[in-house]
Amino acid sequence: MPSLKDQACIAGAGETAYTRDPERKTSTLALQLEAAARAIEDAGLTAKQIDGIMPFPGLSTAEELASNLGIEDLRFATTVHMGGAAPVASLAYAAMAVASGVATHVLIVAGWDSYSGRRAAQTVATDVSSIPGGAIARDYYVPYGLTAPPQWYALMARRHMHEFGTTPQQLGAVALAMRKHAQRNDKAVMRGRELSMEDYLASPVIAGPYRLFDCCLETDGAAAIVVTSAERAGDLARRRVYVMGVSEGRPSPADEIANREDYFTIGLTHAAPRAFAMAEVGPNDVNFAQIYDCFTFEVLQQIEEAGFCKRGEGGAFVEGGRIEPGGALPVNTHGGLLSEAHVLGMNHLVEAVRQLRGDAGERQVAGAEIGVVTGWGDFGDGSMAVLRN
Amino acid sequence: MTTTRREAHRESETSYSKPLPVLEGLTKEFYAWCKRGELRFQRCTACRAWRHVPRELCARCGSPAWAWERSSGRGRVFTWTTVARAMHPAFQQDTPYAAVVIELEEGVRLLSRVVDCPPEELEIGMAVAVRFEDVTAEVTLPVFARAAS
Repeated sequence: MPSLKDQACIAGAGETAYTRDPERKTSTLALQLEAAARAIEDAGLTAKQIDGIMPFPGLSTAEELASNLGIEDLRFATTVHMGGAAPVASLAYAAMAVASGVATHVLIVAGWDSYSGRRAAQTVATDVSSIPGGAIARDYYVPYGLTAPPQWYALMARRHMHEFGTTPQQLGAVALAMRKHAQRNDKAVMRGRELSMEDYLASPVIAGPYRLFDCCLETDGAAAIVVTSAERAGDLARRRVYVMGVSEGRPSPADEIANREDYFTIGLTHAAPRAFAMAEVGPNDVNFAQIYDCFTFEVLQQIEEAGFCKRGEGGAFVEGGRIEPGGALPVNTHGGLLSEAHVLGMNHLVEAVRQLRGDAGERQVAGAEIGVVTGWGDFGDGSMAVLRN
Repeated sequence: MTTTRREAHRESETSYSKPLPVLEGLTKEFYAWCKRGELRFQRCTACRAWRHVPRELCARCGSPAWAWERSSGRGRVFTWTTVARAMHPAFQQDTPYAAVVIELEEGVRLLSRVVDCPPEELEIGMAVAVRFEDVTAEVTLPVFARAAS
């Protein structure tokens, strides 16, 4: 069977500062361009050498990015419509493009001004119809006040608690672990702000069972990577990171959240085994996992569905420090969306690159050779990449 | 027919401010049945599978043949979220409120509300039965109330 294994590399990665300053003068486009320029420079390339762009859905266009960057011959441009699962899924398309020669250097970029600009409470809630399945949400969920992602996913968290006995303290263990990782990351918005289980349990309910500290941050920032064929990556300046396996998946149905025969089968349930099979490794072979953490339960559920433990055992898995710094499976070594910044999962890819290059400083996972990155979006779409140095 | 319906009428007279479904295509038909006080779902004519939300084809057998068949309107609470901080301005005045997934006897699940049960009293498996709220002159929403199990 043809495989993308080791056909493509991440040659460059870049980020803006991550901030929560209501007075910051910036824009989604300006942030994305800054991150893109840094990723291109990190790859040892110039902007004119980029011939493919994959922007995050709904935030910018390849055309405006190319126009600003001075790219004169953009020959590959597409967007994957999977919300927060898009960046990792985009990596698969970029890998296909460079492996086949359709493009040479593909820029994947995401980020937004979701603190100083449009806040989450004002965006998805008032324009849900722009996402796949959005018309269903508009006609069958929104009239009842189910209007936004924390509410959609809280339905799954509640049912998981009922079926498997998952506890609020186990969701809290995810929040605390992300916060502990963030204490080792200068870029993390939550560095210097430790979180205790008492703080977590006392935080106000947002969309029960989710409390405030179950929910990701709203921040300004952008991140980007440059994907290049393995063949060409050898010439580039920085140490490359190989794509061993990558896949996307969707729940069934993907456009409606209530009528799934198996309520806990998500996109990652399908994507993870495909990505591991392509990589020819398994969950026990990875040194870290950067898991899309829009909310705490999604980390727990993805740990289960990616195969790090059995379904229903995620609560016990995240307890006892296993996913914390120095644990058996460090998860979100940068602090994630919960404690670094909400960069739509692009920051998870950038952190994976940093760890596999050995550039993660005080939070470096010793001997990191293989890492996993997941994405989660819309009504449970999923994606997963297995990367190596 | 119920207090709920009368209250909803009063509210609609003072302009209903919450978002409404867009009444087009199959969604228009679904809500038209609700307006007549009947909860109906599509049922495949070929394999007899019930489905919700409305679809063109049967996902189980692929048949394009279907009919609107009447649900018993009885179901159980499958899961819910308690919204304490509204993410849409029109629902701010209602907090805390619960958005509830109801599993009907026919097997389909519907996102709705349980109108006579405060969020803290909800339980998974709680028996409920459908009622109808005329929220505007055009739109009637199916909602649920506690029922004997």
